[in-house]
Formats: sequence, structure tokens, C-alpha cells
Amino acid sequence: MKEYTYSEKKDTRSGFGAGLHELGKSNLEVVALCADLTGSLKMDAFKKDFPERFFQVGIAEANMMGLAAGMTIGGKIPFTGTFANFSTGRVYDQIRQSIAYSGKNVKICASHAGLTLGEDGATHQILEDIGMMRMLPHMTVINPCDYNQTKAATIAIAEYEGPVYLRFGRPSVPNFTPADQKFEIGKAVMLNEGTDVTIIATGHLVWKAILAGKMLADKGISAEIINIHTIKPLDNEAVLASVRKTKCVVTAEEHNRFGGLGDSVAQVLGTNFPAPQEYVATNDTFGESGTPEELMVKYGLTENDIVAAAERAISRKQ
Amino acid sequence: MNPHNKSIEELKDIASQVRRDIVRMVHAVNSGHPGGSLGCTDYFVSLYFKVMNYSTDFKMDGKGEDLFFLSNGHISPVWYSTLARAGFFDVKELATFRKIDSRLQGHPATEEGLEGIRVASGSLGQGLSVALGAAQTKKLNNDNSLVYVLMGDGEVEEGQVWEAAMYAAHHKIDNVIATIDRNGQQIDGSTNEVMSLGDLKAKFEAFGWHVLEANGNSFETLLPAFDEAKKSTGHGKPVMIMMDTEMGYGVDFMMGSHKWHGVAPNDEQLQIALQQLAVQVASDY
Repeated sequence: MKEYTYSEKKDTRSGFGAGLHELGKSNLEVVALCADLTGSLKMDAFKKDFPERFFQVGIAEANMMGLAAGMTIGGKIPFTGTFANFSTGRVYDQIRQSIAYSGKNVKICASHAGLTLGEDGATHQILEDIGMMRMLPHMTVINPCDYNQTKAATIAIAEYEGPVYLRFGRPSVPNFTPADQKFEIGKAVMLNEGTDVTIIATGHLVWKAILAGKMLADKGISAEIINIHTIKPLDNEAVLASVRKTKCVVTAEEHNRFGGLGDSVAQVLGTNFPAPQEYVATNDTFGESGTPEELMVKYGLTENDIVAAAERAISRKQ
Repeated sequence: MNPHNKSIEELKDIASQVRRDIVRMVHAVNSGHPGGSLGCTDYFVSLYFKVMNYSTDFKMDGKGEDLFFLSNGHISPVWYSTLARAGFFDVKELATFRKIDSRLQGHPATEEGLEGIRVASGSLGQGLSVALGAAQTKKLNNDNSLVYVLMGDGEVEEGQVWEAAMYAAHHKIDNVIATIDRNGQQIDGSTNEVMSLGDLKAKFEAFGWHVLEANGNSFETLLPAFDEAKKSTGHGKPVMIMMDTEMGYGVDFMMGSHKWHGVAPNDEQLQIALQQLAVQVASDY
């Protein structure tokens, strides 16, 4: 098992804030809109240094999506910022009509996704956003795994023409991705080559997949670990090449088992190369209040859960 | 410059032709929304043949041009006819309205690349937000042209309209001229029956807008209202024209009722309507 180390834990939302600030300097067409959550989204630096390109929208997310769509007309590249819940479910029709169907170059940047929002509870812990966004034609869906990758993704999506949903979170997690690693939309990142089982993870579950890989190695099981930061378009070739080799797969995500990464992978496998698959995901439930760590344990999203799922998947191989 | 810059007499003739197109388009597919389309015909003809500065060589970015957004997308027939008559695309294409493989979708869309349309609309309440975003980009680009947007009166029952109204005043978006088609009708009945709108002029003034009123079925009052609205831009406030129209205007049996909101005329009704909509030089598509 390849060794992965990190010097510090950092939150992915700060990676977004840093990437956005860098874009402020490097791309004069980039503008930012925020619905009264500037501090939470780490957009303060952009606001301070580029005030003429920062737009405070107030608590009015529907208006924010329409504004962003309109700002693209004339060449601006708008980045909207609010929590993942208010970036998707609250404004689904605005995104659908004014952004996706209209093909507008808007970057919907969504923080505090998933259970790791923690104590605020289920009203804010959206576990359905990946599903909603990947169902929209024209939409690209990205869920990076750590600070460096979120920063790189933020910068990369400004260069891509078209609507993007960029999902990140609140807690500090190991920052292990090399700072100079190029972010390629739609390209899977191979973290460890193995032969017995494929583990495909996204977002905060990627580090846990690495921990699980070590535990499996100690048991004599060789796990191939893939970081899928782009859920749509999915890197079908990488998924198929790996599962053709290992003959079984575990998918891991901080999202409902319906509609997310797991279903994306299942669709590719089911239509090309059927193989045993185990899901590490929430089981069609809302979250609740608690610390992020407690919630990840209670809802089955730890390295132990990935190890158990891997063993189940291997046992189902023909 | 407006590429046509027509006289009032010419505008009246064009409006009659557009109204003929509207009733023929909805009759051909036995669907679509003639009532609001007929009521707003004079508004559209004013914009595209007199008021707005634009090029018929359509570019999505619209830099240096006045932009128009239709928020109540269901009155697409009047927009399609006006765009075709103004030279954005061949009037023959009007015959494809609402048919399979057409660029003239039931509600306006950009997906098929129809010239003149910059955002999809139909799901109500979204157009004002889009127009405000486009207006702010014009300011960032030091582009002094204006942004026009039309909404229905029933449409302001959508909450997003008020989010946008508040935002426009707060950010002093004074390069937008919004218009509400105050025809007093919506699908289920009059706005008074369905959802009382109250004093819309006072409501928008309370939200910080500069509000004018005009009769939308008279070029003699509509054109001066546009002149005044233009003069009111650039003074720190968003500008609104409360435009009174008669749904179905120009076809007597379609006027004064919500019943022709989304119903097409039959063969006999079409002939009666066309007799009432005379043009000096008829040039039906």
C-alpha cells in the first residue's frame, strides 16, 4: 500500500476561498456572489481585495442563481457561494431553467455538504445534492477531497465553459494531495494500485479509503483506491479498467446511497461489466445533530465501514 | 441605433401583422398563449422597431447593445413574431412554432440556438433576476446600454420577484427598465379573484424603484413612457413601467377575459380574428 502523509488538516472550504482569491488576481472576468455566508464560505479575501467584483445578495438564493445566469451575458464568470443545501434543493428550478437549460457559465460553489456539517443537524446536512445536480443535463459535478484539491478544482473550473456544481465541506481533514497536482475535470486519480478489490471514493471519504486500504493490506488484501473528484462526467474508463482487474468494487461517499457516486458507478458497471458492488453511503435517511466524527460513525461512513464493505464485496465474487 | 426606427403609423401596421402571426401560430398547433401575446404586442413592436438599440446580427454577449429578457415566457408567440419581423430569422420559421424539431419552443429557450434569446423562461419569477445580473455585468464592462425585462402581473406572486426587487434598489441598478404587464388576468381568473396584487406601483416604490405608468395598447402613450423611462435611468434607482394592457387586444372576442390565456382559436374564430387585424400590405408567413 502506497504511503500517504500530510503535514496538517485543513478544511476544503478554505481551499475554495484560496482558489477564488487567486482567480480574483488571475482572471478579471471572475465575479463572486454570496448569500449572507461570506465568512462560512471563506470568501472574505476575495471580497476585501476585489470589492467591485463581489456581490452581496442577502438571504435570497433564488435571486442569486438568476443574477449569476444574467452576469454571464457579457462575459463574466460568476461563482455563487452558499451552503450545499441552499445551493441545490432550495433553488433547483432556478438552476434548471436559468443556468443548466440556458447553458450558462455559472459555478455553483457549495459548502457544508453532508453530515460533517455537524451540530446544525439535518435541515442543513444535505445528502441528496450530488443526485439532484447530476440529473441536470449540461451540469458538471465535482466533489474534491482535501484543501489542495479543492483549491485546484476552483481554479480549474474557471477555465471550463459551462455550468459546474462544486461541492465541499466544513471540517478540517488531512491535506495530502500535492499542492502542484493538476486538476483535470473528469479524470480519476489513481491513489493505489491493487488486485483484490476496487475502492472508489469521493470527497471526505477519500482519506478514509486510504486508511481502509492500509487496514486491508494488513489483512493481506490488495485494494486499488481511486479518487473520483468528478462525479459527472464520470471517468468510465478508469472505473471499468479497475473493476475488470479486481472483479468487485466498493463506493464511498458522504451522500445518500440513492443518486450519488455509488449509483453513478453502478450504472457504468451494470451496462458494461456487471460486478459485485457494496455501497458506503447513508441509507436513505436524514442526518441529525452531533459532532462530525460521531455522525460519521453512526451513519456508517468510516474506514472500518469501508473495510467491512470490501470484505463483503470480495466474498461475493464468483 | 434602432435598426428600424419606425413612425407611429408604421408601428401600428407592424403590430397588426404581428397580431396576425400570433393567432395563426397558435391556431396552427391548437396550443399556445394568444391572450397575453396580443396584449403585449405594442410593447414588443415599440422595443424592437423604435426604442432599443441593437443589431439583428445576434451575439449572446450583447456587448454595446440594449438587451431584452422575457420573464413570462408563455407569451412566446409575440416575441417570436417580433424577432422574425425585425430580422433575426426568417418569418417562414414561425410556421414551426411548438412543432417537433423546431427552434421555436413552446416557451423561449437557448438550447436550439434561436437568435434573439439569451435565457430560457417559462417557469415564472426568474427573469428579473437574470436581467439584473446582465445589467450589473454591463456596469462592470463600462457598457452604457440598457437592459429591458417584461414580467406578467400574476407573475409577481412569485417570491423571487421581490428578492430581485430588493436587490436592485440596494445595489442601485439604474440601467434596467423593467415592465409589468398589468392586464389583471391570470389562468384561474382575474388577479383580484386569484391573488390580490394591491397597489403594485406603491409596492415597487416602497422597494426603492422609480415607477412610471403607461397604457400599453397605445403607441401615443407608450413611446413617451419609454422616453421618460430612459431619462430616468442613471439616477441611482431601478426603473419600472407599470403597463396597463388588455389581454387579447385587437381581437374583440378575446378581450376582457382570462379565458384566452392559453387557448387557441378554431378555424372560424381565426378567420374572424384575421378580418379584424387588417394590414396595409399583408405579408403573412
